[in-house]
Amino acid sequence: MTYRATARGESFRFDDLVAVMAAASPERSGDQLAGIAAESALQRVAARRVLMDLPLAEFLNNALVPYETDEVTRLIIDGHDRAAFAAVASMTVGELRDWLLSPAADAASLAKLAPGLTPEMVAAVSKLMRNQDLIRVARKVEVITAFRNTIGGRGTLATRLQPNHPADDPRGIAVSVLDGLLQGAGDAVIGINPASDNIANCHSLLVALDDMRQTFAIPTQSCVLTHVTNALTLLERGAPVDLIFQSVAGTQAANDGFGVSLDILAEAYDAGLAAARGTVGQNCMYFETGQGAALSSDAHHGVDQQTLEVRAYAVARAFHPLLVNTVVGFIGPEYLYDGKQITRAGLEDHFCGKLLGLPMGVDVCYTNHVEADQDDMDNLATLLAQAGVSFVITVPGADDVMLGYQSLAFEDITYLREVTGLRPAPEFARWLAEFGLAGQGTRALPDPAAMARRMGLSA
Amino acid sequence: MSAPDFAGLRRLTPARVRLDAAARPMPLSALLAFQEDHAAARDAIHAAPDMAALAERLAPRPCLLVESRAVDRATYLRRPDLGRQLADGADLPRLDCPLALVICDGLSAPAVMAQVPGVVAALSERLPLLADQPVVLVHGGRVAIGDPIGAALGAQMVLVLIGERPGLSVADSLGAYLTLNPRPGLRDSARNCVSNIHLRGGLTHEAAADRLAWLVAEAQRIGATGVLLKDESGQPGQLT
Repeated sequence: MTYRATARGESFRFDDLVAVMAAASPERSGDQLAGIAAESALQRVAARRVLMDLPLAEFLNNALVPYETDEVTRLIIDGHDRAAFAAVASMTVGELRDWLLSPAADAASLAKLAPGLTPEMVAAVSKLMRNQDLIRVARKVEVITAFRNTIGGRGTLATRLQPNHPADDPRGIAVSVLDGLLQGAGDAVIGINPASDNIANCHSLLVALDDMRQTFAIPTQSCVLTHVTNALTLLERGAPVDLIFQSVAGTQAANDGFGVSLDILAEAYDAGLAAARGTVGQNCMYFETGQGAALSSDAHHGVDQQTLEVRAYAVARAFHPLLVNTVVGFIGPEYLYDGKQITRAGLEDHFCGKLLGLPMGVDVCYTNHVEADQDDMDNLATLLAQAGVSFVITVPGADDVMLGYQSLAFEDITYLREVTGLRPAPEFARWLAEFGLAGQGTRALPDPAAMARRMGLSA
Repeated sequence: MSAPDFAGLRRLTPARVRLDAAARPMPLSALLAFQEDHAAARDAIHAAPDMAALAERLAPRPCLLVESRAVDRATYLRRPDLGRQLADGADLPRLDCPLALVICDGLSAPAVMAQVPGVVAALSERLPLLADQPVVLVHGGRVAIGDPIGAALGAQMVLVLIGERPGLSVADSLGAYLTLNPRPGLRDSARNCVSNIHLRGGLTHEAAADRLAWLVAEAQRIGATGVLLKDESGQPGQLT
């Protein structure tokens, strides 16, 4: 089926819905690399006009990635909640945009609608929205998840404390954890990317993190971000696995490149539930995603990278995660070229994840070969805090010395909480207060040196 | 209460920990140190390679200069596909050699200038089959450009030395990729990689050459590179 629209008197024709979606996307290097981006700025506007008038229901009848050969498409279509969709079933994409911006769309109605929306509908409407629209609507959505604390409540902003070390040295990791706790970070998760996926290594890191958590009775969860099949092995061996991590993407072929399938994820989810390690909730999964993942594994089916990213959220949604974050600036300039593209993508990813009902966080980050710096990260972090982001990632001094990229610093969460008034997860906030770690400048920390000694650290 | 002395703890990790019990904002000195490191990384990424100077340092070994289809930096960063292809008109002789050596600026021209002469000298001592063979110097190359180059030269194996993406602490780290039967279209799973070759706590030139010489010999023995060739060279300094 072809689609047509005009811009400045020029008529544009699109061969299929995939082409419309790609041309309607804001400019980004990944779509240009794939050869599917709008060929002109006017063509982009025309594609948006097509979307404006396109019935939402079209996405249920016109799969962008074939149903027959892609299990993510089958998950999306077979799991679609028609009753929830009924509220918007007669709308076009443009009308959905208007409704989302209206007072009728509030926390309750948006939560009710979420299972009725498919990733493609959400991606389409995001392409018709400016950054302020993405912030305005995402802010209205409330997604609450829980394990040992409660993430996503209104007025809160949580953080992953990422204490990576290039040699996985437990003492070096403990120093970074202490550094983060002193700035009030760590409520979303204390999560290590191991330098080595070796099972014994991951096991000892899990034990070290769990000991630390128990020693100080910290109401948070830990994670060693290794492959989901490793987590299964570790659970079988009795390792203290709180959250089960996996990178996921929006097509079956891209997930295959990650070595996962929906079946493997389901097996891991069941194992996590059986371990029942949560105290205030049992959301035990943690997923990471990022625009460009499917293209980089040559598994994109000609679909634009932002739409595929939102399809990854459908994968995540099926397993009721505690946390999901996009690694937005990590994937490189061939997918998101500069600070402007990273900012836009970060706001899109957050909005789309939230609209689908996910506890959406963002790794506000960049690599050295991207045209971006800490000022761009300040901007995006501040915008996301206003948009109600569930959590952000924080590392010592903004420098991840293991993965070799720059994220937010622990100090940045203190800044964000100060300028927005947002607070940590409630259970974690109480713990910080008991430890004398709440608030800046007015601290009555009993004895940080003793705390370090109890963590097995001595100067 | 006086702030506890955490100086000893900071030595336990290369991370930029401050251990500030008062949770104050980042001090200006730390901020500028970060900006200094980022600036060095950015400069390294955008530095142009001086291939003529490199050729001089590799003399008397002959050098062949070629370009990819992505010589300017903005194109190189946006279009990895073009960095894997030789520019039109590249003229390479048929050498029919067992091992071809290809040197690419990659994401760090300073890495190539700093590490390549030492690595090539160390490799020459260990690999007689390199003899006085020419090396190919590539401007704007990605790892996979070794495939069309190796095929054109008629090489049984190609070893690509390439500048790695600069980090904040090291901006001149070199990577080495070995590929058997190079030809366009190979996947990265067909290669073996030795990375982090630099002189600030990375693999030394000699250690890197030891591992590469072991990989070359093993690849010849089993007739494969990539996932089938497990690196068991056991050299000290091996990274996890």
